Amino acid sequence: MKIDWAALGSVFGVSLAVTVALVGVFTLGIVGLSKQEQAREARAAGGTAALPARVGAYACFALCAAAVAYGISLIVA
Amino acid sequence: MEHITLLLGIVIVTALVFDFTNGFHDTANAMATTISTGALKPKTAVAMSAVLNLVGAFLSVEVAKTISGGIINEDGLKTEVIFAALVGAILWNLLTWLVGLPSSSSHALFGGLIGAAVMSMGWSSVNGGTVVTKVLLPAVAAPLVAGIAATLATRLTYKISSRADEKATSKGYRAGQIASAGLVSLAHGTNDAQKTMGIITLALITGGVLNPGANPPMWVIVSAGVAIALGTYLGGWRIIRTMGKGLTELAPPQGFAAQTSAATAILTSSHIGFSLSTTQVCSGAVMGAGLGRKGGVVRWSTATRMFVAWGLTLPAAGLVGAGAELLTKQGTWGIATTAALLIGGSAVIWSLSRRQPVDHTNVTDDKIGTPGADAEPAGVVTTAIAAVTPPPAGPVAATATPSEDTDATGTTDVRMTISPASAASATATADAARPATV
Repeated sequence: MKIDWAALGSVFGVSLAVTVALVGVFTLGIVGLSKQEQAREARAAGGTAALPARVGAYACFALCAAAVAYGISLIVA
Repeated sequence: MEHITLLLGIVIVTALVFDFTNGFHDTANAMATTISTGALKPKTAVAMSAVLNLVGAFLSVEVAKTISGGIINEDGLKTEVIFAALVGAILWNLLTWLVGLPSSSSHALFGGLIGAAVMSMGWSSVNGGTVVTKVLLPAVAAPLVAGIAATLATRLTYKISSRADEKATSKGYRAGQIASAGLVSLAHGTNDAQKTMGIITLALITGGVLNPGANPPMWVIVSAGVAIALGTYLGGWRIIRTMGKGLTELAPPQGFAAQTSAATAILTSSHIGFSLSTTQVCSGAVMGAGLGRKGGVVRWSTATRMFVAWGLTLPAAGLVGAGAELLTKQGTWGIATTAALLIGGSAVIWSLSRRQPVDHTNVTDDKIGTPGADAEPAGVVTTAIAAVTPPPAGPVAATATPSEDTDATGTTDVRMTISPASAASATATADAARPATV
């Protein structure tokens, strides 16, 4: 009986890292978008532009979409 | 196709039925949290999962070359042994569905195979070491891997989003959750529909219809994909309920973290080659997400029942598989009896489930397992079945309508119809109480 501890360990490490990273990035994107909305409301009352928040949010979502695409490619392969 | 014997035909149909219960049983993995957090309506969720399962079945051509992945010696595996194994796996899947517990369909199949193979060819046909590395160890590892990842991810996402408006973020969480649930469904269709294709192909090869090494014919791929999608669409609402509400209460951020960690763990494990059970990964992720929120609670009594079911999956499906093989060995009448018992057993389980139906209308209701609801199914199920199931069916919805409660004559009918089937499983239990120590 040979237990592949290395494979188990890497499954553990990779799952942990990827999950936390993805969830973190996605949450940043969501928070960025909601900030942008707040900013837009604020601008009506003479606030600042919200471009950086929006760009950042879309960058985050693009990263997540890339991860999903990679996931699909893993399933297909 | 014209050379298909009756036995082969039965095996193919049974394999498709197993595929169906597999989809039915595992809808919860992808969709339980999506439904309970309200990201998708129940019917929409199962429809999406069914479509993705079907797509997944066609995505990859890498069909499983072995049924058991080396757990049993498949040289000279007789068609009837495959049949007996499927009977064990189907009955265990239905039984765990009745009590609403998520358990691994693959492990049920492995259990059935082990039982049937031992009965047919003796203990030497089972590779004990592989049982440990492919079933026991992953069963411990899967919930830990996905659970720890989900806990940390939940903490992180709550920390990051703490200053943002909850209403604005919950829409985003839902979208993210749907995406990861879709990935889980797709992966499930690819892996599990292929398992059935592998079984049917192997049966066709043993039956001499296909040449060894042949690829599955198109009708096998289509029927396996359709069977799993149909099962998924009908939805194992009882299990969805347990995973989505019974284990813990999930808010959108938690659902998102749980589903993402499940999708990641499943894809990572199948890519790196240390395969983990989808069911166990998802259950672990849900519990982890429950623990990750401040003040979050996991209902450990439900979790314990689930762990017990995981532990029992292999021996219980094995016992039924062994009993079925004992019968099928007797020849044609044995095979016919086994088929009749399978149909009868399934009918009994289904009729029991009608006593307290859980469907898309009440799957997210708040009331879970009032004491009355707990006691009732346990009182009906005979001791023989109780011996192979975890105690009371807690997570069953307590939403039985008055008309069902007052159905006293119906109750006695159920009690009567259950006796033949439970007698059979009692025999199986008595026969081979020892193999439980596999």
